[in-house]
Amino acid sequence: MAKQMIKIKINGREREAAAEPRLLLVHFIREALGQTGTHIGCDTSNCGACTVILNGKTVKSCTMFAVQADGGELMTVEGLIQGGKWHPLQEGFKEEHGLQCGFCTPGMLMSSYALLQKNPNPSEADIRWGISGNLCRCTGYQNIVKAVQFAAKKMAQGGTK
Amino acid sequence: MIPAAFEYLRPKTIPEAVALLQQHGDDAKILSGGQSLIPMMKLRLARPAVLIDINRIAGLSYIKEDGGFLKIGGLTREAELEASPILSKYPLLLDTAHVIADPQVRNMATVGGNLAHGDPANDHPATMMALGAQVVATGSKGERVIPIDEFFVTLFTTALKQDEILTEIRIPIPPAKSGGAYVKLERKVGDFATAAVAVQLTLDGGGAIQKIGIALTNAGPTPIRAKKAEDALRGKKPDAAAIAQAAQLASDDAQPGADLRGPVAYKKGLAKELTKRALAIALERAGK
Repeated sequence: MAKQMIKIKINGREREAAAEPRLLLVHFIREALGQTGTHIGCDTSNCGACTVILNGKTVKSCTMFAVQADGGELMTVEGLIQGGKWHPLQEGFKEEHGLQCGFCTPGMLMSSYALLQKNPNPSEADIRWGISGNLCRCTGYQNIVKAVQFAAKKMAQGGTK
Repeated sequence: MIPAAFEYLRPKTIPEAVALLQQHGDDAKILSGGQSLIPMMKLRLARPAVLIDINRIAGLSYIKEDGGFLKIGGLTREAELEASPILSKYPLLLDTAHVIADPQVRNMATVGGNLAHGDPANDHPATMMALGAQVVATGSKGERVIPIDEFFVTLFTTALKQDEILTEIRIPIPPAKSGGAYVKLERKVGDFATAAVAVQLTLDGGGAIQKIGIALTNAGPTPIRAKKAEDALRGKKPDAAAIAQAAQLASDDAQPGADLRGPVAYKKGLAKELTKRALAIALERAGK
């Protein structure tokens, strides 16, 4: 099937690449755009490792075709760092040991980021609800919850977005 | 996993989409939220030659009360349903939207797709049955309204014709003293129901059940209306004995298959228990 041009704004930068319609968004991000921070975990829409933010909403990039995102605005884990400074969520995951193997982390960060954008002061239940589409096989989630709480506090103090 | 190749079409209007369906016949599938279709395409259980993406058709996403109905546009996302202030009047719908898949999937998945996929393991089919909903289909001959009881034909098969698109869902606005609940048991967030029960009811002035809808998820080739249980409760005061009897009748109507979520007896037992729980919650909500 013929390739078609797909234009996407990713982490603030306009990018363009050709893709077959059947190319999944996650492969487009990793292979066509070379942004390999987004992981492919289960590849069956279960684990959430491939979570990215498309037009302000978290989606599983393994369960969407790149062509569907044409003209859209995408944020991946690479977009968290601003001006060489870690995002409070990244700090939180480090300080609170929110990761062990790190495979689920990019997706966890995206879901947590979207949650804090909507709800800057989430309860523990809100956080667990917000990351309910992301599986972690290492941490038992406890430290991920703490990491998000760390970030929420820091963002409230520092006025970070 | 890479799906088989397909031609991708992105109509801007419903007539354009219907024309494409007519042109491509059985080779074409509608791409709505894609959260059921794309996993099936990745497993190559589905290999449509043509995908007609309706996501950029304007005006297909809305939730509004109009003419005695709650009207939900075919392209309305589950997440929009969850966040809608109108939904506080429809606790059964809200319960259902909350337990469909997970947040990322709900951001994409549509209510229309959840029904049009024709999967009895999906959550909206039983809910819409309990609510007595209607489905609006738009095709080459215009619009037609399909009562929900005629919509689900068998597994993955609905009453939609080959050139029709599900464009709206209509739910009768419940009168005062109505309540509903959806109770689902799932192994983990995002899984299909091991069993789930949808209840919608209305009480009369004396506290007897005037109107009742009970439907079961993942308990047969289509969502199952627990007709005997409804008949047993209609006109009755819902005391413990009546509820216990209705729960048993609902379980009798369940026809689940054994699978990795459990054997038949377990699932029938769940249908009974979850019916009891859903009735209790619905009654409490109706009393408020």
